[in-house]
Amino acid sequence: MPDVQGLFEQYTAVLIATILGFALVAGALIGNLILSPRQRTRPKGLSYECGMLPIGRGRFQIHFRYYLFAILFLIFDIEAVFLFPWALSFLDIGAMAFYEMLVFIIILGFGLLYAWRKGALQWR
Amino acid sequence: MIGNNPWLDGLLRILVIALAIPLSVIVLNYVERKVIGRVQNRLGPMRVGPYGTLQAVADTIKLLTKEDVRPHSADRWTFELAPYVVVVPTVVALVTLPITDDLFVRNLALGLFFILAVSTLSIVGLVMAGWGSDNKYAILGAMRSAAQLISYEIPLVMAAVAVAMVAHTPDGRGTLDLVQIVDGQGRVPYIVWQSLAFFIFVVAALAELYRQPFDIPVAESEVVGGPFVEYSGMRWAMFMMGEYVNLVLLSILASLVFLGGWNWPLGNEVGPALQVPLILIKTSLLILFFMWARAILPRLRIDQLMAYSWQVLLPLAFYQIIVNGLVLVYDWPDVVLGVLSGAGTVTAMFLTYRMVRRPVPVRRPAPVAAGAAREVSV
Repeated sequence: MPDVQGLFEQYTAVLIATILGFALVAGALIGNLILSPRQRTRPKGLSYECGMLPIGRGRFQIHFRYYLFAILFLIFDIEAVFLFPWALSFLDIGAMAFYEMLVFIIILGFGLLYAWRKGALQWR
Repeated sequence: MIGNNPWLDGLLRILVIALAIPLSVIVLNYVERKVIGRVQNRLGPMRVGPYGTLQAVADTIKLLTKEDVRPHSADRWTFELAPYVVVVPTVVALVTLPITDDLFVRNLALGLFFILAVSTLSIVGLVMAGWGSDNKYAILGAMRSAAQLISYEIPLVMAAVAVAMVAHTPDGRGTLDLVQIVDGQGRVPYIVWQSLAFFIFVVAALAELYRQPFDIPVAESEVVGGPFVEYSGMRWAMFMMGEYVNLVLLSILASLVFLGGWNWPLGNEVGPALQVPLILIKTSLLILFFMWARAILPRLRIDQLMAYSWQVLLPLAFYQIIVNGLVLVYDWPDVVLGVLSGAGTVTAMFLTYRMVRRPVPVRRPAPVAAGAAREVSV
Protein backbone atom coordinates (compact mmCIF):
# COMPACT_ATOMS: atom_id res chain seq x y z
CA MET A 1 0.00 0.00 0.00
CA PRO A 2 1.82 3.18 -1.11
CA ASP A 3 1.75 6.09 1.32
CA VAL A 4 0.32 9.46 0.27
CA GLN A 5 3.74 10.86 -0.62
CA GLY A 6 4.49 7.80 -2.77
CA LEU A 7 1.10 8.04 -4.43
CA PHE A 8 1.74 11.70 -5.19
CA GLU A 9 5.15 10.87 -6.66
CA GLN A 10 3.55 8.22 -8.86
CA TYR A 11 0.92 10.53 -10.24
CA THR A 12 3.30 13.45 -10.90
CA ALA A 13 4.13 11.58 -14.10
CA VAL A 14 0.46 11.78 -15.15
CA LEU A 15 0.51 15.55 -14.76
CA ILE A 16 3.80 15.83 -16.66
CA ALA A 17 2.47 13.58 -19.42
CA THR A 18 -0.65 15.74 -19.76
CA ILE A 19 1.44 18.90 -20.12
CA LEU A 20 3.89 17.22 -22.47
CA GLY A 21 1.06 15.77 -24.56
CA PHE A 22 -0.36 19.26 -25.02
CA ALA A 23 3.13 20.53 -25.86
CA LEU A 24 3.59 17.74 -28.43
CA VAL A 25 0.40 18.67 -30.29
CA ALA A 26 1.00 22.40 -29.90
CA GLY A 27 4.56 21.99 -31.24
CA ALA A 28 3.34 20.17 -34.32
CA LEU A 29 0.62 22.76 -34.94
CA ILE A 30 3.00 25.69 -34.44
CA GLY A 31 5.44 24.05 -36.87
CA ASN A 32 2.59 23.79 -39.33
CA LEU A 33 1.73 27.45 -38.73
CA ILE A 34 5.30 28.55 -39.47
CA LEU A 35 5.91 26.36 -42.50
CA SER A 36 2.58 26.46 -44.26
CA PRO A 37 1.41 29.05 -46.76
CA ARG A 38 -1.63 31.15 -45.86
CA GLN A 39 -4.02 32.45 -48.46
CA ARG A 40 -7.49 32.99 -47.14
CA THR A 41 -10.04 32.94 -49.92
CA ARG A 42 -13.75 32.74 -49.44
CA PRO A 43 -14.42 29.31 -51.00
CA LYS A 44 -11.82 27.76 -48.68
CA GLY A 45 -13.92 28.71 -45.68
CA LEU A 46 -17.03 26.92 -46.89
CA SER A 47 -17.75 23.56 -45.35
CA TYR A 48 -17.20 20.57 -47.62
CA GLU A 49 -20.19 18.98 -49.25
CA CYS A 50 -18.67 17.04 -52.13
CA GLY A 51 -17.86 20.23 -54.04
CA MET A 52 -21.37 21.65 -54.00
CA LEU A 53 -22.37 24.78 -52.11
CA PRO A 54 -23.45 23.72 -48.60
CA ILE A 55 -27.20 23.68 -48.09
CA GLY A 56 -28.54 24.82 -44.73
CA ARG A 57 -26.67 24.55 -41.47
CA GLY A 58 -24.12 21.87 -40.74
CA ARG A 59 -25.48 21.11 -37.28
CA PHE A 60 -28.71 19.19 -37.55
CA GLN A 61 -30.82 17.26 -35.09
CA ILE A 62 -29.59 13.78 -34.39
CA HIS A 63 -31.71 10.68 -34.25
CA PHE A 64 -32.95 9.49 -30.88
CA ARG A 65 -31.41 6.02 -31.22
CA TYR A 66 -27.93 7.37 -30.45
CA TYR A 67 -29.30 8.56 -27.10
CA LEU A 68 -30.63 5.08 -26.27
CA PHE A 69 -27.18 3.58 -26.71
CA ALA A 70 -25.67 6.33 -24.57
CA ILE A 71 -28.10 5.45 -21.76
CA LEU A 72 -27.29 1.73 -22.06
CA PHE A 73 -23.60 2.58 -22.02
CA LEU A 74 -23.99 4.57 -18.80
CA ILE A 75 -25.73 1.69 -17.05
CA PHE A 76 -23.12 -0.89 -17.98
CA ASP A 77 -20.15 1.40 -17.48
CA ILE A 78 -21.28 2.05 -13.92
CA GLU A 79 -21.57 -1.70 -13.51
CA ALA A 80 -17.95 -1.98 -14.68
CA VAL A 81 -16.91 0.57 -12.06
CA PHE A 82 -18.52 -1.65 -9.41
CA LEU A 83 -17.03 -4.82 -10.88
CA PHE A 84 -13.38 -3.72 -10.72
CA PRO A 85 -13.07 -3.41 -6.92
CA TRP A 86 -15.18 -6.55 -6.54
CA ALA A 87 -12.90 -8.49 -8.91
CA LEU A 88 -9.92 -7.65 -6.70
CA SER A 89 -11.46 -8.68 -3.41
CA PHE A 90 -14.20 -11.27 -3.90
CA LEU A 91 -11.86 -14.16 -3.07
CA ASP A 92 -10.97 -12.58 0.28
CA ILE A 93 -14.62 -12.06 1.22
CA GLY A 94 -15.75 -15.50 0.14
CA ALA A 95 -18.57 -17.14 -1.78
CA MET A 96 -21.16 -14.66 -0.46
CA ALA A 97 -19.51 -11.78 -2.35
CA PHE A 98 -19.63 -13.77 -5.56
CA TYR A 99 -23.34 -14.53 -5.25
CA GLU A 100 -24.19 -10.94 -4.37
CA MET A 101 -22.43 -9.72 -7.50
CA LEU A 102 -24.09 -12.53 -9.46
CA VAL A 103 -27.49 -11.13 -8.44
CA PHE A 104 -26.36 -7.66 -9.54
CA ILE A 105 -25.15 -8.99 -12.90
CA ILE A 106 -28.37 -10.96 -13.40
CA ILE A 107 -30.52 -7.88 -12.68
CA LEU A 108 -28.57 -5.90 -15.25
CA GLY A 109 -28.69 -8.91 -17.57
CA PHE A 110 -32.50 -8.75 -17.36
CA GLY A 111 -32.22 -5.06 -18.15
CA LEU A 112 -30.26 -5.92 -21.27
CA LEU A 113 -32.81 -8.61 -22.15
CA TYR A 114 -35.63 -6.07 -21.70
CA ALA A 115 -33.88 -3.59 -24.00
CA TRP A 116 -33.32 -6.43 -26.48
CA ARG A 117 -37.00 -7.52 -26.44
CA LYS A 118 -38.14 -3.91 -26.76
CA GLY A 119 -36.00 -3.59 -29.86
CA ALA A 120 -33.69 -0.94 -28.42
CA LEU A 121 -30.66 -2.87 -29.67
CA GLN A 122 -32.06 -3.05 -33.19
CA TRP A 123 -30.61 -0.32 -35.38
CA ARG A 124 -33.47 1.10 -37.43
CA MET B 1 14.55 6.47 -10.24
CA ILE B 2 16.80 8.95 -12.04
CA GLY B 3 18.24 11.80 -9.93
CA ASN B 4 16.08 10.97 -6.88
CA ASN B 5 13.57 13.63 -8.00
CA PRO B 6 10.11 12.41 -9.08
CA TRP B 7 9.52 15.44 -11.33
CA LEU B 8 12.84 15.22 -13.18
CA ASP B 9 12.61 11.43 -13.41
CA GLY B 10 9.06 11.57 -14.75
CA LEU B 11 9.93 14.30 -17.22
CA LEU B 12 12.92 12.39 -18.65
CA ARG B 13 11.01 9.13 -18.99
CA ILE B 14 8.01 10.80 -20.65
CA LEU B 15 10.32 12.71 -23.02
CA VAL B 16 11.57 9.34 -24.27
CA ILE B 17 7.97 8.28 -24.89
CA ALA B 18 7.11 11.61 -26.52
CA LEU B 19 9.99 11.12 -28.94
CA ALA B 20 9.15 7.48 -29.56
CA ILE B 21 5.49 8.18 -30.43
CA PRO B 22 5.98 10.16 -33.69
CA LEU B 23 8.70 7.71 -34.71
CA SER B 24 6.47 4.68 -34.15
CA VAL B 25 3.65 6.39 -36.05
CA ILE B 26 5.95 7.00 -39.03
CA VAL B 27 7.18 3.40 -39.00
CA LEU B 28 3.69 1.94 -38.57
CA ASN B 29 2.30 4.06 -41.37
CA TYR B 30 4.94 2.66 -43.73
CA VAL B 31 4.46 -0.92 -42.51
CA GLU B 32 0.70 -0.69 -42.84
CA ARG B 33 0.88 0.51 -46.44
CA LYS B 34 3.38 -2.21 -47.28
CA VAL B 35 1.26 -4.92 -45.64
CA ILE B 36 -1.95 -3.81 -47.36
CA GLY B 37 -0.01 -3.53 -50.60
CA ARG B 38 1.25 -7.09 -50.31
CA VAL B 39 -2.23 -8.41 -49.47
CA GLN B 40 -3.60 -6.71 -52.58
CA ASN B 41 -0.75 -8.07 -54.69
CA ARG B 42 0.88 -4.65 -55.05
CA LEU B 43 4.30 -3.46 -53.95
CA GLY B 44 3.12 -0.58 -51.79
CA PRO B 45 5.27 2.57 -51.61
CA MET B 46 8.49 2.07 -53.59
CA ARG B 47 9.60 5.49 -54.88
CA VAL B 48 10.85 7.52 -51.93
CA GLY B 49 14.05 6.06 -50.52
CA PRO B 50 15.11 2.41 -50.77
CA TYR B 51 11.96 0.26 -50.96
CA GLY B 52 9.91 3.35 -50.17
CA THR B 53 11.14 3.51 -46.58
CA LEU B 54 11.15 7.31 -46.58
CA GLN B 55 7.58 7.59 -47.88
CA ALA B 56 6.11 8.31 -44.44
CA VAL B 57 8.80 10.94 -43.79
CA ALA B 58 7.91 12.62 -47.07
CA ASP B 59 4.24 12.52 -46.10
CA THR B 60 5.04 14.12 -42.76
CA ILE B 61 6.90 16.96 -44.49
CA LYS B 62 4.01 17.40 -46.89
CA LEU B 63 1.48 17.58 -44.05
CA LEU B 64 3.70 20.00 -42.14
CA THR B 65 3.79 22.44 -45.07
CA LYS B 66 0.08 22.20 -45.86
CA GLU B 67 -2.24 25.09 -45.22
CA ASP B 68 -4.42 24.81 -42.14
CA VAL B 69 -7.96 25.58 -43.30
CA ARG B 70 -10.89 26.16 -40.97
CA PRO B 71 -14.46 26.69 -42.20
CA HIS B 72 -15.93 30.13 -41.49
CA SER B 73 -18.91 28.65 -39.73
CA ALA B 74 -16.87 26.27 -37.56
CA ASP B 75 -16.99 26.62 -33.80
CA ARG B 76 -13.45 27.86 -33.35
CA TRP B 77 -12.56 26.55 -29.89
CA THR B 78 -14.16 23.16 -30.29
CA PHE B 79 -12.59 22.76 -33.70
CA GLU B 80 -9.09 23.69 -32.59
CA LEU B 81 -9.11 21.85 -29.29
CA ALA B 82 -10.34 18.54 -30.72
CA PRO B 83 -6.87 17.26 -31.84
CA TYR B 84 -5.54 17.88 -28.33
CA VAL B 85 -8.40 15.98 -26.75
CA VAL B 86 -7.73 13.01 -29.05
CA VAL B 87 -3.93 12.84 -28.64
CA VAL B 88 -3.31 13.85 -25.01
CA PRO B 89 -5.23 10.91 -23.40
CA THR B 90 -3.27 8.39 -25.46
CA VAL B 91 0.02 9.94 -24.31
CA VAL B 92 -1.20 9.95 -20.70
CA ALA B 93 -2.27 6.32 -20.95
CA LEU B 94 1.27 5.36 -22.07
CA VAL B 95 2.56 6.51 -18.66
CA THR B 96 1.68 3.30 -16.93
CA LEU B 97 2.34 0.87 -19.77
CA PRO B 98 5.32 -1.33 -18.86
CA ILE B 99 7.60 -2.80 -21.52
CA THR B 100 9.56 -4.97 -19.10
CA ASP B 101 9.39 -5.33 -15.33
CA ASP B 102 11.63 -2.28 -14.87
CA LEU B 103 11.09 -0.34 -18.09
CA PHE B 104 8.14 2.01 -17.61
CA VAL B 105 7.41 5.60 -16.66
CA ARG B 106 5.38 4.87 -13.52
CA ASN B 107 3.89 1.55 -12.60
CA LEU B 108 0.58 2.71 -11.12
CA ALA B 109 -1.21 0.35 -8.75
CA LEU B 110 -4.39 0.86 -10.79
CA GLY B 111 -2.56 0.36 -14.14
CA LEU B 112 -5.13 -1.65 -16.10
CA PHE B 113 -8.05 0.47 -14.90
CA PHE B 114 -6.13 3.70 -15.52
CA ILE B 115 -5.31 2.83 -19.14
CA LEU B 116 -8.90 1.88 -19.95
CA ALA B 117 -10.30 4.94 -18.20
CA VAL B 118 -7.95 7.47 -19.77
CA SER B 119 -7.83 6.16 -23.33
CA THR B 120 -11.65 6.33 -23.52
CA LEU B 121 -11.47 10.12 -23.29
CA SER B 122 -10.47 10.28 -26.97
CA ILE B 123 -14.13 9.73 -27.90
CA VAL B 124 -14.86 13.23 -26.61
CA GLY B 125 -12.30 14.59 -29.05
CA LEU B 126 -13.98 12.87 -31.99
CA VAL B 127 -17.38 14.26 -31.02
CA MET B 128 -15.85 17.71 -30.56
CA ALA B 129 -14.26 17.49 -34.01
CA GLY B 130 -17.57 16.51 -35.58
CA TRP B 131 -19.62 19.14 -33.79
CA GLY B 132 -17.08 21.92 -34.23
CA SER B 133 -16.66 21.42 -37.98
CA ASP B 134 -20.20 22.52 -38.83
CA ASN B 135 -20.37 19.89 -41.54
CA LYS B 136 -23.11 17.34 -42.11
CA TYR B 137 -20.72 14.47 -42.79
CA ALA B 138 -18.58 15.37 -39.81
CA ILE B 139 -21.42 15.37 -37.33
CA LEU B 140 -22.85 12.15 -38.71
CA GLY B 141 -19.42 10.54 -38.41
CA ALA B 142 -18.98 11.91 -34.90
CA MET B 143 -22.31 10.49 -33.76
CA ARG B 144 -21.50 7.15 -35.34
CA SER B 145 -18.10 7.06 -33.70
CA ALA B 146 -19.60 7.95 -30.33
CA ALA B 147 -22.23 5.21 -30.64
CA GLN B 148 -19.71 2.60 -31.82
CA LEU B 149 -16.91 3.43 -29.42
CA ILE B 150 -19.09 3.50 -26.31
CA SER B 151 -20.79 0.26 -27.35
CA TYR B 152 -17.49 -1.59 -27.72
CA GLU B 153 -16.03 0.04 -24.62
CA ILE B 154 -18.26 -2.17 -22.46
CA PRO B 155 -17.06 -5.59 -23.74
CA LEU B 156 -13.46 -4.30 -23.65
CA VAL B 157 -13.79 -3.30 -20.00
CA MET B 158 -15.62 -6.53 -19.12
CA ALA B 159 -12.80 -8.58 -20.66
CA ALA B 160 -10.38 -6.60 -18.51
CA VAL B 161 -12.54 -7.33 -15.45
CA ALA B 162 -12.33 -11.05 -16.27
CA VAL B 163 -8.54 -10.81 -16.23
CA ALA B 164 -8.54 -8.72 -13.05
CA MET B 165 -10.48 -11.55 -11.40
CA VAL B 166 -7.86 -14.22 -12.10
CA ALA B 167 -4.80 -11.97 -11.74
CA HIS B 168 -3.21 -12.10 -8.32
CA THR B 169 0.02 -11.28 -6.54
CA PRO B 170 2.26 -14.08 -5.17
CA ASP B 171 0.53 -13.77 -1.77
CA GLY B 172 -2.86 -14.30 -3.38
CA ARG B 173 -4.31 -10.79 -3.40
CA GLY B 174 -6.11 -9.35 -6.42
CA THR B 175 -4.23 -6.76 -8.47
CA LEU B 176 -4.60 -4.27 -11.32
CA ASP B 177 -0.87 -3.51 -11.36
CA LEU B 178 0.29 -4.44 -14.89
CA VAL B 179 3.74 -5.68 -13.80
CA GLN B 180 2.14 -7.96 -11.24
CA ILE B 181 -0.46 -9.15 -13.75
CA VAL B 182 2.33 -10.19 -16.12
CA ASP B 183 4.42 -11.79 -13.38
CA GLY B 184 1.36 -13.65 -12.11
CA GLN B 185 1.02 -15.45 -15.45
CA GLY B 186 4.21 -17.40 -14.90
CA ARG B 187 4.53 -20.33 -17.27
CA VAL B 188 0.98 -20.25 -18.66
CA PRO B 189 -0.35 -17.00 -20.16
CA TYR B 190 -3.95 -16.01 -19.46
CA ILE B 191 -4.97 -16.64 -23.06
CA VAL B 192 -5.12 -20.34 -22.16
CA TRP B 193 -7.52 -19.85 -19.24
CA GLN B 194 -9.25 -16.77 -20.66
CA SER B 195 -9.45 -17.39 -24.39
CA LEU B 196 -12.98 -15.96 -24.55
CA ALA B 197 -11.87 -12.76 -22.81
CA PHE B 198 -8.96 -12.51 -25.26
CA PHE B 199 -11.30 -12.92 -28.22
CA ILE B 200 -13.65 -10.24 -26.86
CA PHE B 201 -10.75 -7.94 -26.07
CA VAL B 202 -9.22 -8.17 -29.55
CA VAL B 203 -12.52 -7.69 -31.39
CA ALA B 204 -13.51 -4.78 -29.14
CA ALA B 205 -10.04 -3.26 -29.57
CA LEU B 206 -10.43 -3.51 -33.34
CA ALA B 207 -13.70 -1.59 -33.00
CA GLU B 208 -12.20 0.93 -30.58
CA LEU B 209 -9.54 1.72 -33.19
CA TYR B 210 -12.31 2.33 -35.76
CA ARG B 211 -10.36 0.45 -38.40
CA GLN B 212 -11.85 -1.84 -41.01
CA PRO B 213 -14.09 -3.83 -40.64
CA PHE B 214 -15.38 -1.44 -37.93
CA ASP B 215 -14.74 1.81 -39.81
CA ILE B 216 -18.34 3.03 -40.08
CA PRO B 217 -17.48 6.33 -38.30
CA VAL B 218 -14.74 7.32 -40.75
CA ALA B 219 -15.83 5.44 -43.87
CA GLU B 220 -14.71 7.41 -46.92
CA SER B 221 -17.46 6.15 -49.19
CA GLU B 222 -20.22 6.92 -46.67
CA VAL B 223 -19.28 9.97 -44.61
CA VAL B 224 -16.10 11.05 -46.47
CA GLY B 225 -13.76 10.68 -43.52
CA GLY B 226 -16.28 11.33 -40.77
CA PRO B 227 -15.23 13.78 -38.07
CA PHE B 228 -12.02 14.69 -39.93
CA VAL B 229 -13.62 16.05 -43.12
CA GLU B 230 -12.74 19.67 -42.43
CA TYR B 231 -9.29 19.04 -41.00
CA SER B 232 -6.13 19.42 -43.05
CA GLY B 233 -2.39 19.51 -42.57
CA MET B 234 -0.95 18.84 -39.14
CA ARG B 235 -4.32 19.02 -37.41
CA TRP B 236 -5.51 16.05 -39.44
CA ALA B 237 -2.21 14.27 -38.86
CA MET B 238 -2.78 14.58 -35.10
CA PHE B 239 -5.94 12.48 -35.41
CA MET B 240 -4.00 9.87 -37.38
CA MET B 241 -1.30 9.94 -34.73
CA GLY B 242 -3.88 9.36 -32.02
CA GLU B 243 -5.20 6.40 -33.97
CA TYR B 244 -1.80 4.78 -34.41
CA VAL B 245 -0.73 5.40 -30.82
CA ASN B 246 -3.97 3.77 -29.71
CA LEU B 247 -3.13 0.82 -31.96
CA VAL B 248 0.25 0.42 -30.27
CA LEU B 249 -1.26 0.96 -26.84
CA LEU B 250 -3.98 -1.66 -27.18
CA SER B 251 -1.62 -4.16 -28.82
CA ILE B 252 0.92 -3.85 -26.00
CA LEU B 253 -1.87 -4.04 -23.45
CA ALA B 254 -3.28 -7.22 -25.00
CA SER B 255 0.15 -8.84 -25.19
CA LEU B 256 0.83 -7.94 -21.55
CA VAL B 257 -2.48 -9.05 -20.17
CA PHE B 258 -3.23 -12.13 -22.26
CA LEU B 259 -0.02 -13.28 -23.96
CA GLY B 260 2.25 -13.25 -20.93
CA GLY B 261 4.14 -10.06 -21.77
CA TRP B 262 7.88 -10.43 -21.14
CA ASN B 263 7.33 -13.54 -19.06
CA TRP B 264 6.17 -16.30 -21.32
CA PRO B 265 7.75 -18.62 -22.49
CA LEU B 266 11.23 -17.64 -21.29
CA GLY B 267 10.40 -16.85 -17.68
CA ASN B 268 11.06 -13.86 -15.49
CA GLU B 269 14.81 -14.25 -14.93
CA VAL B 270 16.23 -13.71 -18.42
CA GLY B 271 16.73 -9.95 -18.11
CA PRO B 272 15.79 -7.09 -20.45
CA ALA B 273 18.02 -8.30 -23.32
CA LEU B 274 15.49 -11.04 -24.08
CA GLN B 275 12.40 -9.51 -22.47
CA VAL B 276 12.24 -6.49 -24.79
CA PRO B 277 12.43 -8.50 -28.04
CA LEU B 278 9.88 -10.96 -26.65
CA ILE B 279 7.25 -8.32 -25.97
CA LEU B 280 8.06 -6.54 -29.24
CA ILE B 281 7.44 -9.77 -31.15
CA LYS B 282 4.09 -10.34 -29.44
CA THR B 283 3.01 -6.73 -29.99
CA SER B 284 4.11 -6.79 -33.63
CA LEU B 285 2.14 -9.97 -34.26
CA LEU B 286 -0.99 -8.33 -32.84
CA ILE B 287 -0.42 -5.15 -34.86
CA LEU B 288 0.08 -7.23 -38.00
CA PHE B 289 -3.15 -9.06 -37.20
CA PHE B 290 -4.98 -5.73 -36.99
CA MET B 291 -3.48 -4.64 -40.34
CA TRP B 292 -4.30 -7.98 -41.92
CA ALA B 293 -7.90 -7.74 -40.69
CA ARG B 294 -8.08 -4.27 -42.18
CA ALA B 295 -6.87 -5.53 -45.54
CA ILE B 296 -9.09 -8.57 -45.94
CA LEU B 297 -12.42 -7.89 -44.21
CA PRO B 298 -15.31 -5.92 -45.72
CA ARG B 299 -17.00 -3.19 -43.71
CA LEU B 300 -19.80 -4.19 -41.34
CA ARG B 301 -23.19 -2.51 -41.63
CA ILE B 302 -24.17 -0.34 -38.69
CA ASP B 303 -27.02 -2.63 -37.60
CA GLN B 304 -24.64 -5.62 -37.53
CA LEU B 305 -22.09 -3.52 -35.71
CA MET B 306 -24.31 -2.38 -32.85
CA ALA B 307 -26.10 -5.70 -32.49
CA TYR B 308 -22.79 -7.58 -32.39
CA SER B 309 -21.52 -5.58 -29.44
CA TRP B 310 -24.67 -5.74 -27.31
CA GLN B 311 -26.10 -9.12 -28.27
CA VAL B 312 -22.95 -11.21 -28.71
CA LEU B 313 -19.91 -9.71 -27.03
CA LEU B 314 -21.55 -8.37 -23.86
CA PRO B 315 -23.46 -11.56 -22.84
CA LEU B 316 -20.35 -13.63 -23.57
CA ALA B 317 -18.26 -11.30 -21.43
CA PHE B 318 -20.73 -11.83 -18.57
CA TYR B 319 -20.46 -15.56 -19.16
CA GLN B 320 -16.68 -15.34 -18.82
CA ILE B 321 -16.95 -13.31 -15.61
CA ILE B 322 -19.44 -15.72 -14.03
CA VAL B 323 -17.37 -18.78 -15.01
CA ASN B 324 -14.27 -17.13 -13.54
CA GLY B 325 -16.11 -16.40 -10.32
CA LEU B 326 -17.46 -19.96 -9.96
CA VAL B 327 -14.12 -21.61 -10.66
CA LEU B 328 -12.20 -19.31 -8.32
CA VAL B 329 -14.69 -19.36 -5.45
CA TYR B 330 -14.98 -23.17 -5.39
CA ASP B 331 -11.29 -23.65 -6.20
CA TRP B 332 -11.98 -25.94 -9.14
CA PRO B 333 -8.93 -26.90 -11.25
CA ASP B 334 -7.79 -24.37 -13.85
CA VAL B 335 -8.49 -26.87 -16.62
CA VAL B 336 -12.24 -26.37 -16.06
CA LEU B 337 -11.75 -22.65 -16.60
CA GLY B 338 -9.79 -23.27 -19.80
CA VAL B 339 -12.37 -25.68 -21.19
CA LEU B 340 -15.40 -23.51 -20.33
CA SER B 341 -13.71 -20.42 -21.73
CA GLY B 342 -12.67 -22.33 -24.86
CA ALA B 343 -16.27 -23.47 -25.35
CA GLY B 344 -17.30 -19.84 -25.06
CA THR B 345 -14.73 -18.86 -27.69
CA VAL B 346 -16.09 -21.43 -30.13
CA THR B 347 -19.61 -20.12 -29.49
CA ALA B 348 -18.37 -16.56 -30.01
CA MET B 349 -16.80 -17.49 -33.35
CA PHE B 350 -19.98 -19.25 -34.47
CA LEU B 351 -22.14 -16.27 -33.45
CA THR B 352 -19.73 -13.91 -35.20
CA TYR B 353 -20.06 -15.94 -38.38
CA ARG B 354 -23.86 -15.89 -38.11
CA MET B 355 -23.94 -12.16 -37.37
CA VAL B 356 -21.83 -11.36 -40.41
CA ARG B 357 -24.05 -13.49 -42.62
CA ARG B 358 -27.27 -11.95 -41.28
CA PRO B 359 -29.35 -10.53 -44.14
CA VAL B 360 -30.32 -6.88 -44.42
CA PRO B 361 -33.29 -6.28 -42.09
CA VAL B 362 -36.45 -6.15 -44.17
CA ARG B 363 -38.52 -3.04 -43.62
CA ARG B 364 -42.20 -3.61 -43.11
CA PRO B 365 -43.76 -2.98 -46.54
CA ALA B 366 -46.36 -0.25 -46.87
CA PRO B 367 -49.96 -1.55 -46.96
CA VAL B 368 -50.80 -2.54 -50.49
CA ALA B 369 -54.22 -1.82 -51.96
CA ALA B 370 -56.29 -4.89 -52.71
CA GLY B 371 -55.66 -6.24 -56.19
CA ALA B 372 -52.49 -4.18 -56.75
CA ALA B 373 -49.45 -6.12 -57.83
CA ARG B 374 -47.04 -6.75 -54.96
CA GLU B 375 -43.55 -5.53 -55.58
CA VAL B 376 -40.55 -7.28 -54.23
CA SER B 377 -39.04 -5.04 -51.58
CA VAL B 378 -35.31 -4.65 -51.86
